[in-house]
Amino acid sequence: MNGEIKFNEETLATVNKIIGRYPADKSKSALIPILHIAQAEFGGWLSPESMDYVASILKIKPVEVYEVASFYSMFNLKPVGKCMLEICRTSSCWVRGAEDVVKHIEKRLNIKEGETTKDGMFTLKTVECLGSCGSAPMMQVGASYHENLTLDKVDALIEEYRVSGKQRSYTDLDYKNTL
Amino acid sequence: MGKKLLIQHADVPNIHTLQVYKEKGGYASVEKALKSMAPNDVVEEVKKSGLRGRGGAGFPTGMKWSFLARPEGVDRHLVCNADESEPGTFKDRYLMEKIPHALIEGMITSSYALGAKSSYIYIRGEYFYVARILETAIEEAYAAGYLGKNILGTDYSLDLYVQVGAGAYICGEETALLESLEGKRGNPRIKPPFPAVAGLWGRPTVVNNVETIAAVCPIVMMGGDEYAKIGIGRSTGTKLISASGHINKPGTYEIELGLPVEEFIYSEEYCGGIINGRKLKAVVAGGSSVPILPAELILKNDKGEPRLMSYESLSEGGFATGTMLGSGGFIVYDETTSIVKNLYTFARFYHHESCGQCSPCREGTGWMEKILHRIVEGHGKPSDIDLLWDIQRKIEGNTICPLGDAAAWPVASAIRHFRAEFEEYINHPERIKDVKHYYSVHQLAGA
Ligand SMILES: Cc1cc2nc3c(=O)[nH]c(=O)nc-3n(C[C@H](O)[C@H](O)[C@H](O)COP(=O)(O)O)c2cc1C
Ligand code: SF4
Ligand code: FES
Repeated sequence: MNGEIKFNEETLATVNKIIGRYPADKSKSALIPILHIAQAEFGGWLSPESMDYVASILKIKPVEVYEVASFYSMFNLKPVGKCMLEICRTSSCWVRGAEDVVKHIEKRLNIKEGETTKDGMFTLKTVECLGSCGSAPMMQVGASYHENLTLDKVDALIEEYRVSGKQRSYTDLDYKNTL
Repeated sequence: MGKKLLIQHADVPNIHTLQVYKEKGGYASVEKALKSMAPNDVVEEVKKSGLRGRGGAGFPTGMKWSFLARPEGVDRHLVCNADESEPGTFKDRYLMEKIPHALIEGMITSSYALGAKSSYIYIRGEYFYVARILETAIEEAYAAGYLGKNILGTDYSLDLYVQVGAGAYICGEETALLESLEGKRGNPRIKPPFPAVAGLWGRPTVVNNVETIAAVCPIVMMGGDEYAKIGIGRSTGTKLISASGHINKPGTYEIELGLPVEEFIYSEEYCGGIINGRKLKAVVAGGSSVPILPAELILKNDKGEPRLMSYESLSEGGFATGTMLGSGGFIVYDETTSIVKNLYTFARFYHHESCGQCSPCREGTGWMEKILHRIVEGHGKPSDIDLLWDIQRKIEGNTICPLGDAAAWPVASAIRHFRAEFEEYINHPERIKDVKHYYSVHQLAGA
């Protein structure tokens, strides 16, 4: 992140297109999609400055943005690593070894669930059912679903992400791993 | 082999493109409805079909549509519920990812029936890549004249949009979904008014599940009466079932309603039996919210008759010995599974997902998670089982939305059918301590 909280022209065009999906006096409906974009563009989390900026675009009160951002689990209100490793821990994944995956990553990255590695590369998070129960255990990283995990597969993915060094967002269009 | 109406072409190469989808007969229902039927004719066919909502509650779709208020000069909306967050459920994702045009076609035909001019697909945020697939397909549909102004040269015009959520199970509840679509927290609304009268932005709105909307296409093509002949009794048509857990072939299957549960679990056509030839212990038949049943009660009802995959057969026996078809999230547990630990994952889920508006749900889910956690950790007290029972009973029926009930039922049913296992945890924690109770990923890899 270069520090400036402002969308570039291209992003603004996308934002305006999203606002255009709703009746003219209902542009607040665009809030959640725009927060996704803000999170992706401003360092992977929603700082108060980012949220105030989004409020100014939609001409709503900052508190209307805060209360929404804090409700939804995909919005990070604190800085996180460039790659958030999100492991589903609910029933179907649990019975097929999700706990092993979590423990393995904790050991390998030397962090506990909820923590971020010192180099700021990875955050480990456990999440609830992601609709991938038939391909358990699974892990979401940004927009990518990684399914039918084995510990070897997890190791390979972590290496791949580390080498690439890129920030991963939910809005990334890299969905090659699923299709 | 049962009839397939929704996903029979899922494995056709490039079926996600408009061209291939059309080659397989796609968009015929739009042609037929817009060119040869009045909107109300479509509603009538859906009524005759007996189609019931595939999102979980099983409410008759035609009846829901006929409740839609139609005041002059006020826009109406169709909103597709693609939030799909009920643990064990992934059938909508399969349908949208593989055959996005099936949903889009259903949205157009259904929007026409309801007189909607702009419709929305609300999809859970985690399915972002699926939203991209839908958006690409929608662009194709606009370019081919199936969306936009004067569709296929008729008077009917429609805009269709996809909106992503941001991680909240409660946004699958239809009024919470509408709040979220309006850019707010996903707090369920108090009903009435129902969405059919005051929904999105206060306008009359129908909310339907992905699969429900997709099913409208075959209904329009074959006619409601023919559709009603498929299935069994009041469970008409086909249903997508997402199967997971300890089975050889997890995945999404389309079944004709009325298929015996035993056949679904053991036949090669469907789940292919239990992994490693182990014994079946229990099944959650319709997503995490429905009562869990032990093997003997899921294969046969309490009268000893075979249990069928239908709304009626699965709920036979009420909550004492039955369950529900729900969303079709079918989770299978083998003999090694700890029902107590599994229940803990559900209790944690509901506590995490409670929106917090009603105290019985907010506090009750928290307590149930806490108590189950201490039981699982070997610190349970003998009074804990009755305490759990008491808490779940106080939630049920005392909340704004059905999430409270959904949190209570798994607890009640686990205690009802597996009480001895809870007692074992509490009285002999040392026996439980080192047992893993789940498959390691190495075991699954076949090592
Ligand atoms: C907590 C909760 C979560 C729900 N989640 C979903 C969901 O993810 N998808 C869905 O279609 N319906 C869900 N429903 C049911 C919806 O409220 C609504 O009944 C459904 O979308 C209606 O569509 P249908 O009649 O086509 O089934 C949920 C209900 C509750 C109470
Ligand atoms: S029952 Fe639970 S989720 Fe539903 S409105 Fe009340 S607190 Fe929210
Ligand atoms: S239980 Fe893990 S994806 Fe559904």
